[in-house]
Amino acid sequence: MDASALIASLQDAVPGAQFEAASSIDLQTTIYAPRDAVAESARALRDRPELAFTLLAELTAVDFWPTEPRFELVYILVSIVHRARIRVKVRLNADAARVATVSGVWPAANWLEREVWDLYGIVFDGHPDPRRLLMPEDWEGYPLRKDYPVQIRKTPEYSQPLQVTADEFRQNVERDRLTRR
Amino acid sequence: MGLEAEIPVLTTTVEKMVQWARRSSIWPVTFGLACCAIEMMAMSCSRYDVARFGAEVFRGSPRQSDLMIVAGRLSRKMAPALRRIYDQMPEPKWVISMGACASIGGVFDNYALVQGVDQIVPVDVYVPGCPPRPESLIYGIVQLQRKIDQQKLA
Amino acid sequence: MTVNMGPQHPSTHGVLRLVLELDGETVRSCAPTIGYLHTGIEKTAEQKKWQQVIPLVERMDYLSAQSNSLAFCLSVEKLLGLQIPERVTSIRLLIAELQRINSHLVWLGTHGMEVGAVSVMLYCFRERELLLNINEMLAGFRLFPSYMRVGGLREDLPRGFHAAVTAFLDRFGPKLDEYEDLLTKNEIYLKRTRGVGVVSRDDAVALSLVGPIARSAGVDYDVRKYFPYLGYDTYEFTVPIETAGDVYARYKVRVAEMRESAKICRQALQRISPAGAYAVDDPRITPPPKDRVYTEMEALIQHFLIYSQGFTVPRGEAYVPVEGPRGEQGYYVVSDGTNRPWRVKSRAPSLLACQALERLIVGGLIADVIAVIGSIDVVMGDVDR
Repeated sequence: MDASALIASLQDAVPGAQFEAASSIDLQTTIYAPRDAVAESARALRDRPELAFTLLAELTAVDFWPTEPRFELVYILVSIVHRARIRVKVRLNADAARVATVSGVWPAANWLEREVWDLYGIVFDGHPDPRRLLMPEDWEGYPLRKDYPVQIRKTPEYSQPLQVTADEFRQNVERDRLTRR
Repeated sequence: MGLEAEIPVLTTTVEKMVQWARRSSIWPVTFGLACCAIEMMAMSCSRYDVARFGAEVFRGSPRQSDLMIVAGRLSRKMAPALRRIYDQMPEPKWVISMGACASIGGVFDNYALVQGVDQIVPVDVYVPGCPPRPESLIYGIVQLQRKIDQQKLA
Repeated sequence: MTVNMGPQHPSTHGVLRLVLELDGETVRSCAPTIGYLHTGIEKTAEQKKWQQVIPLVERMDYLSAQSNSLAFCLSVEKLLGLQIPERVTSIRLLIAELQRINSHLVWLGTHGMEVGAVSVMLYCFRERELLLNINEMLAGFRLFPSYMRVGGLREDLPRGFHAAVTAFLDRFGPKLDEYEDLLTKNEIYLKRTRGVGVVSRDDAVALSLVGPIARSAGVDYDVRKYFPYLGYDTYEFTVPIETAGDVYARYKVRVAEMRESAKICRQALQRISPAGAYAVDDPRITPPPKDRVYTEMEALIQHFLIYSQGFTVPRGEAYVPVEGPRGEQGYYVVSDGTNRPWRVKSRAPSLLACQALERLIVGGLIADVIAVIGSIDVVMGDVDR
């Protein structure tokens, strides 16, 4: 599918947005989409019959720190009926790293967006389940960012200490004493 | 061991009997994490049959096993689970750290992995390799058997 | 009742945690938790040179290791703009198909064992030992040979390779028939797998399921036919499709795929000459053969430069997927013009299969959970990376 045909079709569906074609070494049709039009563009890409990109192959991010715009979100889409594959990229600045979720359009994006949130800290507005996916839940930091070190010297935690207040401790002892005859 | 001439009786020490029983029937708990687990499965299959060394079954429950072969890379998220499984095993218990990732962190020197399982559990035998050949792991088990032969009872 | 199928469990193919809410024996809801094998391979890959990333990348999906390295090499070669000789592409295709048979044998063995047919595991691993012998012949290592390199292969094929592969293929066909005899019409197996873990056609596309799972639901997507690479459009093979979408359909699809792979392997073997080019003839990328390194100064310098600082790849990004045993597998590689990658992202088919697990097991019985997890063939190394 040609970049200009793709942009024409998307422009028709989302009139206010600015789409740009991008050059790519591997000759894959790549376009840049603006941050605010992601939700409508996603719907158009899936539903318009001449596009029909029903399979979301990949949703990932790249961190270009320290240059701005810092993040680039990449969506790789496949159309089975038209035998086509495209890349849609969204540029995000470091202080505005939020974008609308597409998990309503492609349910597969649920975990893929959780992973991007986990590793990069990009917020997806409207995501049904915004939790960390790969790192432990209480992890601090976004590991795949370029300003996060490769190796952190931290001793591994292998037990969770049971923490109760003094009152709770006394109540537990009392309850234990009362139930045991 | 002394052998009486007429009566068919064998004399030995209790310690030797216990050591022989312990080392000849080491039953591992399945703790295959990653690629080393595939070689561990290959070791238990027909070509490198480990059942002839005593590891007849891989028990699913830690409460019924004596050996934990940590096969694969241990991530920080998995470390509490490893410790819990180790604590659930009854004495006497042994740990074999299989592969480079379990022994020292392997190829992956980064934020996500524990650089060596011996930061979490005490290890008896380290088997290097990425992944170690099944013969290497069997050699590790044989070394463990020799170690058990030297463990005193009291 | 809430039951935790914790990260350590004999039947979950690695470290996957499922918190199941049960109503008697029926599963009401399921929350899979992953991340117990997260290795930070993508972060580590940014610190290594291009050629050094190949062993890292092989250890992601450890059952289809050489498909992984093939996908990475294809992406980097696209960025470099290399023309790979035809003999090399044929050898790569042969190795990729043998790897598919290898992975499916492990799947069949473990799936059979979990469903109760323990002998299938011993048989499949026995066949697999022959394939591992072939790997060992190529590069000295059973599981992760690192035989595929950017620019071609590590070295030429060894003597006896053709004979070994032909012997394997001759033995494999009848043996696969034997293993099918054990399961395909087995009443117990049919009862355990028919109608279990059904995924519909639209659900498969919406959840981005690819590979045998999608093909068992009627979705016709196979990267080898849709976006051919390595010359797959010149080979004769069919892609097996079923429509039932249950565990039994996935079993049939994978067994048929093994047969097709054997067919492709025979065709590929005829195109490969016993000796010839094994890599592209570019002095920046391919190290010279060792006998020249020991005798010629220029070859020594070239060898030193390649192994100390590596080659640089032009700025840009590339994504060339291959059809791995689990579906579409590829590496989205971003380069900033230096000798290290800027970003390596692996498109993991197992991650999306794991996400779909929720939909597949809710409403079924707890015993079916094991059969379904086995049938979607997740490799946790690929899920967590």
